[in-house]
Amino acid sequence: MLAGDATRVGDGPSAAAVARLVREERTRILATLIRVTGSVDLAEDATQDAVVRALETWPRDGVPENPRAWLLVVARRRAVDLIRREARRAGKEAEAVSLLDPAPENPESVRDDLLRLIFTCCHPALSLDAQVALALRTLAGLSTAEVARGLLVPEATMAKRLTRAKQKIAQARIPYRVPAAEELTARLSGVAATVYLIFNEGYAAGAGDDLLRTALTGEAIRLARLLAELMPDEATVLGLLALLLLQDSRRAARTDADGRLLLLAEQDRSRWDPALVTEGVELVGRALRRTAHRPDRYVVQAAVAACHALAPAYDLTPWDAVVSWYDVLLTVHDTPVVRLNRAAAVAERDGPAAGLALVDAVDGLTGYPWWHATRGELLRRLDRPTEAVAAYDRALALDLSGPQAEHLRRRRAELTD
Amino acid sequence: MPTYIALTYTADVDWTRPEYAEEMKEYNEFGAAAAAVLRGGNALYPTSTATTVRVSGGKGGEVLTSDGPYAETKEALTGFYLLECADLDEAVKVAATIPAAWAGAVEVRPVIQF
Repeated sequence: MLAGDATRVGDGPSAAAVARLVREERTRILATLIRVTGSVDLAEDATQDAVVRALETWPRDGVPENPRAWLLVVARRRAVDLIRREARRAGKEAEAVSLLDPAPENPESVRDDLLRLIFTCCHPALSLDAQVALALRTLAGLSTAEVARGLLVPEATMAKRLTRAKQKIAQARIPYRVPAAEELTARLSGVAATVYLIFNEGYAAGAGDDLLRTALTGEAIRLARLLAELMPDEATVLGLLALLLLQDSRRAARTDADGRLLLLAEQDRSRWDPALVTEGVELVGRALRRTAHRPDRYVVQAAVAACHALAPAYDLTPWDAVVSWYDVLLTVHDTPVVRLNRAAAVAERDGPAAGLALVDAVDGLTGYPWWHATRGELLRRLDRPTEAVAAYDRALALDLSGPQAEHLRRRRAELTD
Repeated sequence: MPTYIALTYTADVDWTRPEYAEEMKEYNEFGAAAAAVLRGGNALYPTSTATTVRVSGGKGGEVLTSDGPYAETKEALTGFYLLECADLDEAVKVAATIPAAWAGAVEVRPVIQF
């Protein structure tokens, strides 16, 4: 399959090319094996075994003609061995014989197995923490240690969380199934929330943070791409992918040379990734065309991001459109943070006094640093420096990442100099 | 087929009193509608009738009884149903039709089958 591939070194494909290929196929093999064996743990062990054998032998012997089939056969054999061993230990008859016959997997069943795995990992009966952990471990294929480091959780805690989640799937019989049409919308928004949370974990990480942590944005985008490939007509999925790509397009512009955080207004827009912007904006259009009645929150958030992405300069942002999209968002996702973001857009359109009145009218955000920071910024523009400093102080007293706190300290310092 | 227990948590009331007749009727309607999967269940007298039993010093030791439920909670355990369902999704679907689900909460737990 990789014959003539540029990454070939000597007689075999490069280890990196093999690793990439194996990683792409791994989730598919796992998804099928969970259906066949009915056990996440067993399927993970067997898949891991096949992955290790592929990584050992393919660089030496070449990639087999059908890598997926090869992996599936090896993983199935391993699963049968594991079941037999377990059956012998339990003194039961082996129930594994049916696994031996590797019925050819058609593309339709591979797709369905992947969907089953996604919806099982993101089942609402699992805690959000458990869903995120499973999505990264089981769907994205990270090791438990990698997931733990990415999410800033001790490895033992993460191992326990994953074990408990898999136990719950097995013992409470969370079904391995694609939801029926009438529940699909609700279940999809659960899946999207999990993927978005993973993205935000990575996005919030700063320059000094573990690279594994910042790599979570890439894992989230990979998962969103997989969802879009599997469900190309679901607005939620297209909106989610669009939102992630548009946010990620600003990655290089988000910090200055010293690693300091830059706000949208301060970013050098020539450093935004034009390919991601184009793809994201195109996806927003596709998602909007598939929005029949109730708009989806991810699609609308992506539409806001597209307004920013298409503005050649901060001053040229179409604030009218941004405020309108926030109005739409409030009809489906009315939260204090959305109200705050809308108020900030109104401040840009109608001036700081109008914005501040709306910010002050948002209840329930006194524990949210960006509410105070927004007040600080608007008070500064209104030439009320004492109150602005006090607002920044209240923001800085709350929980912020290093770069975020550094950014607010700089703003505050400009007022007292 | 797996069995689940659906524990109903609601206000700590005495279901036998006439003012709850209307609610009992709703529970009976649930029972009739879910007859195909129901494998048992009952309403409980209020927690004021509960006695918690402990034996100190291991098996055969001193029996200590105390008045009241094992755990004091805002919503009390007031009944249970046994449901035989194919999987958790099906059990949740049935549990969502128990009146306690909107009057309080229903905890669904898989029953171990030895």
